Amino acid sequence: MDATFKIRRFDPEDKQDPHYEDFNVELPEYGSVLEGLLDIREQQDGTLSLRCSCKSAICGSCSMKINGESRLACKAMVSEIKELEGDLITIEPMGNMPVIKDLVVDMDSFWHKVESVEPYLQPKGPEPEKEYLVSNDQMMTLAVAMNCIMCGACVSDCTVLEVDSNFLGPAALAKAFRFAADPRDGAQEKRLEMYDQPDGVWDCTRCFMCVQACPKDVAPMERIMDIRSMAVEKGISKGRGMKHIQGFINGVKHSGRLDEFGLARKTYGFPLWPFMLAPMGIRRLLRKRLPPIFHKSIAGAKNVKKIFENLGV
Amino acid sequence: MRYAFWPGCVSKAGTPELYPAATAVAEKIGMELVELDQANCTGAGVLGERNEELVDTLNARNFAIAEQMGLDTILTICSTCQGVMSAVNYKLREKPEYLAKINQNLAAEGLEYKGTVRVTHMMWAIVEELSLEELGKMVVRPLTGLRIAPFYGCYILRPRYVLGMSEHPDRNQYLEKIIETLGAEPIDYEGKLKCCGFPIMTLNEENGLKMVSNHTLEAKDKGAHALVTPCPLCHLNLDEFQPKASSMSGKPINMPVLHLPQLIGAALGFNVKEMGLKRHIVSTDKFIEISGMS
Repeated sequence: MDATFKIRRFDPEDKQDPHYEDFNVELPEYGSVLEGLLDIREQQDGTLSLRCSCKSAICGSCSMKINGESRLACKAMVSEIKELEGDLITIEPMGNMPVIKDLVVDMDSFWHKVESVEPYLQPKGPEPEKEYLVSNDQMMTLAVAMNCIMCGACVSDCTVLEVDSNFLGPAALAKAFRFAADPRDGAQEKRLEMYDQPDGVWDCTRCFMCVQACPKDVAPMERIMDIRSMAVEKGISKGRGMKHIQGFINGVKHSGRLDEFGLARKTYGFPLWPFMLAPMGIRRLLRKRLPPIFHKSIAGAKNVKKIFENLGV
Repeated sequence: MRYAFWPGCVSKAGTPELYPAATAVAEKIGMELVELDQANCTGAGVLGERNEELVDTLNARNFAIAEQMGLDTILTICSTCQGVMSAVNYKLREKPEYLAKINQNLAAEGLEYKGTVRVTHMMWAIVEELSLEELGKMVVRPLTGLRIAPFYGCYILRPRYVLGMSEHPDRNQYLEKIIETLGAEPIDYEGKLKCCGFPIMTLNEENGLKMVSNHTLEAKDKGAHALVTPCPLCHLNLDEFQPKASSMSGKPINMPVLHLPQLIGAALGFNVKEMGLKRHIVSTDKFIEISGMS
């Protein structure tokens, strides 16, 4: 099987700007993108730089953008990509991190953020006499997040990090969940307060990029939502994110549908909401675009309310 | 084709021009929409943050109502509703024991979801059930000379495994295909598959506005006359907050944002009023002029 790789090249010691170079490679039927890259480095251009180690989707070293999506090069099968996405395969370094050379990025900020969530158990009370047993169910919940191999694919594709490099990001927050949800940890409250801060869980825009990119099904965005739920549940989260959820629940619980006006009032609170909504209201009035002022319930709204009540919401 | 129709809450409130435009276009292209007026809000991703079982129950309720009406496909014009419904449906159909548990929550109302419903979005149904060829035959006003930037929104793209992308891997190219069928030229740009920023507008407005200005300015740089989206929430953010995003970035934008049915309606001969094109925040005059709409 032959393939053409269009690779983004950059060498800081070279005067050239970043540019793309095409390479043709010959691969076995089930060849991976990584095998192709190593072949190029051995046979065609020894200066091509990339990171890799295990070639088995375990070490997490070879994350890069393949046709615009961050994936492990060793797990990306060339034949599948050619079939679904076309013959030319574009390969670029990960995003949201500075490029050092070719496909190698500087992951310092990635590691600092993981470190900042205190990714280690902090037990409370006297040391137990024997091993601490965690139930199967609890372990299964943790295992999802423990599957993370720190490859950086989620961070590379995160749409919030593109506009705000201070955001803790999906990898660090998935790791944060792994410790906040561990029954052996004694610092849960402190952790939730820490992750509830600006640049933490409430800055996620729920775009699913990290869910799609993760090669180990950690679904970091879902773990971020898990932390949000825990922080709301424990009464730690008192900000706009919590008010937004409460306002949303109120509207749907009592009318069966979203009450947009009521939601905005609840989220911003008094006396802020008139100031936040007035400019928008005037613009909308001029465009004959005011939403209905009196919120209408759906037929059967009572049944919806009962569902909320029966589930204790 | 006959569909159980779920318009979503926003198409009647936040973007009130969408509902009349979508239903008019549906009628013209022969889609029979039976509105689910008993159905409830899908939760829009927000309710799920608090209680997953609640969201699964609320969506199963809608599916059960569609089944009761004898309809096997729910069609929506809201990408977010489509994403939430598809994810819940995937889960309920994969796990029969969990479905049985959810059905207990519906028993008080005498409802039961049997797991037979299929969820689709109007954009998907147009390509997969009507066909681009048929749509092309209905074009009476080709949108020649218009360059349109597609903007998909997250919920209609990700995560692929709940959205039937293995069966239809080219669902991330439908907007381009529809734009071409209508006679316009699709613009390629990086922002088309990214997030509009809507979910964080109340939490971190600065970041949300940066997303708006990045995408609209990129489309503008690539020569787009307008953006088109299948998601009313993306529309809300990219249109409603564009003036604010423009002043924050210090650059004029003026990029009209169309709902997908409005773009189709323009090519099918509808007029400006029928498509509600004067009800947007960012003026659509340039689009109207080039398209030749009256």
